[in-house]
Amino acid sequence: MKQNKHFNVTVRVWRQAGPGEPGKMVSYKVGDISPDMSFLEMLDVLNDDLIKKGEEPIAVESDCREGICGCCGLVINGDVHGPDEHSTVCQLHMRRFKDGDVITVEPWRSKSFPAIKDLVVDRSALDRIMQAGGFVSANAGAAPDANSVPVDRDRAEAAMDAAACIGCGACVAACPNGAAMLFTGAKISQLALLPQGAPERAARALNMVQAMDKEGFGNCTNEYECEAVCPKEIKVSNIARMNREFLLANLFSKR
Amino acid sequence: MKLDAHIPEGPLERKWDSHKFNMKLVNPSNRRKYDILVVGSGLAGASAAATLGELGYNVKVFMLQDSPRRAHSIAAQGGINAAKNYPGDGDSVWRLFYDTVKGGDFRAREANVYRLAQISSQIIDHCAAIGVPFAREYGGLLSNRSFGGAQLSRTFYARGQTGQQLLLGAYSALMRQVGAGTVTVLPRREMVDVVVKNGRARGITVRNLVTGDMEAYSGHAVLLCTGGYTNVFYLSTNAASCNVSAAWAAYKRGAGFANPCFTQIHPTCIPRSGEHQSKLTLMSESLRNDGRVWVPKNKGDHRKPSGIPEEERDYYLERRYPAFGNLVPRDIASRAAKTVVDAGYGVGPTGHAVYLDFRDAIKRKGQEAVKEAYGNLFDMYYQITDEDGYKVPMRIYPAPHYAMGGLWVDYNLMTTVPGLFALGEANFSDHGANRLGASALMQGLADGFFIAPATVAGYLGAGKFEPVTTLDKEFADSAKQVQERINRLLAVKGEKTPSEFHRQLGNVMWNDVGMARSESSLKKALKRIPEIREEFWKNIKVSGGDKDFNQTLEKAMKVADFLEFGELLVRDALERKESCGGHFREESCTPEGEAKRDDANFSHVSVWEYQGEGREAALNREPLAFENVKIAERSYK
Repeated sequence: MKQNKHFNVTVRVWRQAGPGEPGKMVSYKVGDISPDMSFLEMLDVLNDDLIKKGEEPIAVESDCREGICGCCGLVINGDVHGPDEHSTVCQLHMRRFKDGDVITVEPWRSKSFPAIKDLVVDRSALDRIMQAGGFVSANAGAAPDANSVPVDRDRAEAAMDAAACIGCGACVAACPNGAAMLFTGAKISQLALLPQGAPERAARALNMVQAMDKEGFGNCTNEYECEAVCPKEIKVSNIARMNREFLLANLFSKR
Repeated sequence: MKLDAHIPEGPLERKWDSHKFNMKLVNPSNRRKYDILVVGSGLAGASAAATLGELGYNVKVFMLQDSPRRAHSIAAQGGINAAKNYPGDGDSVWRLFYDTVKGGDFRAREANVYRLAQISSQIIDHCAAIGVPFAREYGGLLSNRSFGGAQLSRTFYARGQTGQQLLLGAYSALMRQVGAGTVTVLPRREMVDVVVKNGRARGITVRNLVTGDMEAYSGHAVLLCTGGYTNVFYLSTNAASCNVSAAWAAYKRGAGFANPCFTQIHPTCIPRSGEHQSKLTLMSESLRNDGRVWVPKNKGDHRKPSGIPEEERDYYLERRYPAFGNLVPRDIASRAAKTVVDAGYGVGPTGHAVYLDFRDAIKRKGQEAVKEAYGNLFDMYYQITDEDGYKVPMRIYPAPHYAMGGLWVDYNLMTTVPGLFALGEANFSDHGANRLGASALMQGLADGFFIAPATVAGYLGAGKFEPVTTLDKEFADSAKQVQERINRLLAVKGEKTPSEFHRQLGNVMWNDVGMARSESSLKKALKRIPEIREEFWKNIKVSGGDKDFNQTLEKAMKVADFLEFGELLVRDALERKESCGGHFREESCTPEGEAKRDDANFSHVSVWEYQGEGREAALNREPLAFENVKIAERSYK
């Protein structure tokens, strides 16, 4: 159903001045909302109003606004990345809401994602997991002709499914254990499925899992919340593959 | 300003190899003594930093976002060109070189473009080796598709997320080096100044975006990989944080700015829906492989598209350009859309759109095949417009997308400031007046993986460096100047927000300096922009303080720079009294309305030189010589 009339909502937003500062929910009214507006554009309007009133606008992160950079990440009415399935916040449009709605907006909450300000958190822990092994050790200039290593098409497609991860951290935010296993499993899977990643499979699985634990992320207890909220539809089968890789590495690795 | 492009002697095919041989090297055990500062972590920045790290240099990478993986290269959709000729349809290094020079409307340097075409194949090899999951055929070999401006298939891709996969590839190589200790990543930092000492770039000043503190970093070379400036139009396909500020700071420190008026308007974007619009979303050019572009033959035909019979549809690209059809280059497709919309044939609620129709492709190949090739783009279209592109034609309209102009660089990718390099979209070098699709990813990675690592070594190996520390006076002066500008911004306490000024500037740029430019529209803009700028400095409102995470201040600083840069862009457009590529001057067109170049007077790069605040920039020219390709009227008919 298309609605074309402009409408009003109330947003309840988590405000926190900085790391370690006390935070609280604050309500704001936002009027004259077009259904074609994106959710973040609605926050833009609210923020411009706050600036004009001389109040501090709400700190919120977003960049590409087309669902690929992974910057944006909010919990909206308790839903990670909002009510749309397999979507980022920036792709959420106000046509999903109606006049008079009260919308609760919170940041990602996880021990491993320390707060910075309002809705912005620090997700650099994910980069550190990558640094432990999320790569193929091949220097620029040394590679053979790309077609000299054929790759089974189905495996290449499965690798691409895993590689689609945008590193937004929604899986962590949705997980009751605060686990980053979908994120880590996706990278381990991508590289385990490709022949180029094969030589370092064992070391990669061991090192990335270790880094994940070191950052304080929890472990998987098969809640499937991560798969449900992942904007790129990364499957939990990647976690199973990561566990297999980790087990095999532990059993057979010479290290 | 002395403009020596340092193009190596010898035949075109041998220039890069002989240059690599002639350049100085840095001994492996000496490399860690050199500090290299890389600003930006997109394709160019991440690949350059990773490769310099692999070679053993001591590298620092700075970025605005929380992680190098967020850079806007991530949003590139369609693909990356390479002269592999895997499909066997007649491609070669020479043909990719020729197509790129012609696609750029003969306004790029032959030697640079030839090198780009030569390196293109190595990029694919390297990216496959580091685990980029390119699309493959059933036999396991790499798959190719076609892009605008080429009559063969040379574009490698990873679904509609090629930029993402390449950036994540470069990012993973970068993360490997961070783990190895050769590269340090400094996120949430904005470069606000280049520090020049005794004529050479020796450091940068950055603002820590979390604490608001000014930080100084010294080094032996600075690489600006800071992207393009099309957000000067306010609405563009760029990410919100894309800006001109780093390049502008370099310009104010003596780096020449080349061809700022060469901006690319991408033909296939989702049209704007209202005043609130914060960005425009691109739909990959690859869609034009299967989608057909049309408008109704009758003006103001408001029937549903499915109700308009075949004979009442005008497939205007196929009609006007039968040889290339829907795959004409971007500048031509965009102008053609503007022509039909201006004449009153536009569709959709605003009339500012044309149809991109997949009906015939779905009939021919089935919906599943179309979904497999472009599924994520159809999903994205649905999320934004609430319409199903498989059932009703997509509505599209051109939007600012890419900057061919940028910091002037020589063959070594060095700006006019020694030690200051510019890579990727931030430089001006390879695309002339119009970039072909799938060539930006190619250029970013060629610059970062292969060219800069060689030429930066050549620079470091060639000279002695006096010791520099961040305690030197130049660093303190730089931080003081930036802080004064910030204090000025905070002190205004006016009534308008940075976004409001940005939108105001964008309206002027889009209406008067957009897809079509004329002497009168440009003169109008040249009067309007200083007025907006003056109002900005009297009426800007920035809430909060500077020693804090303050996104309003960040935005205000960017808009302040756009308000200065926009004027230079207009002056460049006014000065270039010819049409070429994305720069279309209404006074200079053929009777059929196609762009008309003026090779006798404008076969040059326009390089602008800063003369101090409040003074007009000086124009320098680098003549372009075409010794290998024959300059011709660019025709896609």
